[in-house]
Amino acid sequence: MTHNALRRIVSAMFVGACGLAVLIALVPLAMILFFVVSQGLQSLNLAFFTSMPKPLGETGGGMLNAFVGTLMLISLAALLAIPVGVISGIYMSEYAGTKLATAVRFAADTLNGVPSIVIGIFAYGIAVLPFRQFSALAGGLALGVMMIPIIARTTEELLLLVPGTMREGALALGATRARAVFTVILPAALPGIITGVVLALARVAGETAPLLFTAFNNQYFSTSVRQPIASMTVQIYTYAISPYEDQHRQAWAGALVLVGFVFACSLVARVVTARVQRLRG
Amino acid sequence: MAAPIPTVTLRERPGDAAAPPADVKIDVHALRFFYGAKLALEDITLRIHPNLVTAFIGPSGCGKSTFLRTLNRMNDVVPATRVEGKVLIDDEDIYASSVDVVQLRRRVGMVFQKSNPFPKSIFENVAYGLRINRMAGTRGELAGRVEESLKQAALWNEVKDRLQESALALSGGQQQRLCIARALAIRPDVLLMDEPASALDPIATQRIEELVYSLKQSYTVVIVTHNMQQAARVSDYTAFFWLGKLVEYDRTDRIFTAPHEKLTEDYVTGRFG
Repeated sequence: MTHNALRRIVSAMFVGACGLAVLIALVPLAMILFFVVSQGLQSLNLAFFTSMPKPLGETGGGMLNAFVGTLMLISLAALLAIPVGVISGIYMSEYAGTKLATAVRFAADTLNGVPSIVIGIFAYGIAVLPFRQFSALAGGLALGVMMIPIIARTTEELLLLVPGTMREGALALGATRARAVFTVILPAALPGIITGVVLALARVAGETAPLLFTAFNNQYFSTSVRQPIASMTVQIYTYAISPYEDQHRQAWAGALVLVGFVFACSLVARVVTARVQRLRG
Repeated sequence: MAAPIPTVTLRERPGDAAAPPADVKIDVHALRFFYGAKLALEDITLRIHPNLVTAFIGPSGCGKSTFLRTLNRMNDVVPATRVEGKVLIDDEDIYASSVDVVQLRRRVGMVFQKSNPFPKSIFENVAYGLRINRMAGTRGELAGRVEESLKQAALWNEVKDRLQESALALSGGQQQRLCIARALAIRPDVLLMDEPASALDPIATQRIEELVYSLKQSYTVVIVTHNMQQAARVSDYTAFFWLGKLVEYDRTDRIFTAPHEKLTEDYVTGRFG
């Protein structure tokens, strides 16, 4: 066999292996989407969004309380995580190279790797036990703590991408350092930061473990931050392990809505990023 | 002595035979600059005169940009740098501890090599310095100053109908004139320009050069360039830097036609660089 022929065979093998790897990576996603859509679509109707769960034994009903609950939980999480995360990110990028900034970055990466159930226990310890009460607040805290490192690192990376010449331009016009950050550098990175926040929201909206003993669950409609509250994920979990066929169908429909929400968030993030890149181009 | 260089055409200047003007705007004395332990500028002493254009020329890495940035303390933001010696602007030592850097930079404006408009509208770019320094009391005053600055930078006619559009949509040459307008808006005394046309095409370059020439009526302009013809066309005085040293500083016509130093002659005649 000539050297050339051998080279072609090796090349073809590697191309084939790459294709196979891609296929293996995509199969789970395709199957998840297929099952969630095919199973969920059957029970998905307008009533699913607008009505409360029916008592056991009755068919129909919806997840209104869980939708409202998840929205409340991620809003509370955002309220905590956006200011803390963005300001930490500004600190890390402005004081990059200092010991404290390195420590903050390491802490953020560690927090990002902490299992979500552990974060749930943490929130249980500081926001549930002292009040002897599961609450939306505790659930929001747990999700917020999960969002902080994601937002902080995204903010840091995007601020570092803003060209140094832009900072110099602001300083040369008599801006102080803080002024330059808040009037030029942060606005320049803002679309990217918003994208990061949206993706972080999508990520925590799908979390179940941190909510199990913080927000708990609530079969009634509640908007109180001091009461236990329903969430889509915990509701799906509860329905999925129940023995009733109708609740299984509800769980599928809930899963479909959740996947749809995450998909919509990714889409929004991509559109924003693309638009900004076109504007800069 | 070298013969005059035929490719360089010099502008006629009144009082060519006279001594240097008595007025001094920037007085630099024994300036040394360090990046860490490395000496980047060695004992620079020169006087820059008001309402004239002074050009700094020299090969890449000779310290001309570093020197320019010492004049508005832009190097302060670069870590591990150190300055020795004195820089007096209007007889005031700008490195004295009592000097507020923010105030200094309002008086000594700067235009950078690569145009750096903010990702805001054309109007907001020019208004930026006025807003942060609270220089315009009313909306009308703000709009007036923006218009005046854009006119000074010869950009008004091209952008007057689209002031609210993004500055990033402008062409490279327009962006650089916008940055000049932005610097002029806060009415500095001195305008530092760091190779302002190096990234531009010949036509845009010509517009910037004409602009520089006209600005000296109101400002003291210091321009760094690696383009010798440009220095010859726009400047009244030229300083030649080489390896962190100031080799020669004189009237531009003398630097280009009758330099004292062999090194200067070799550089301006294109024998190296």
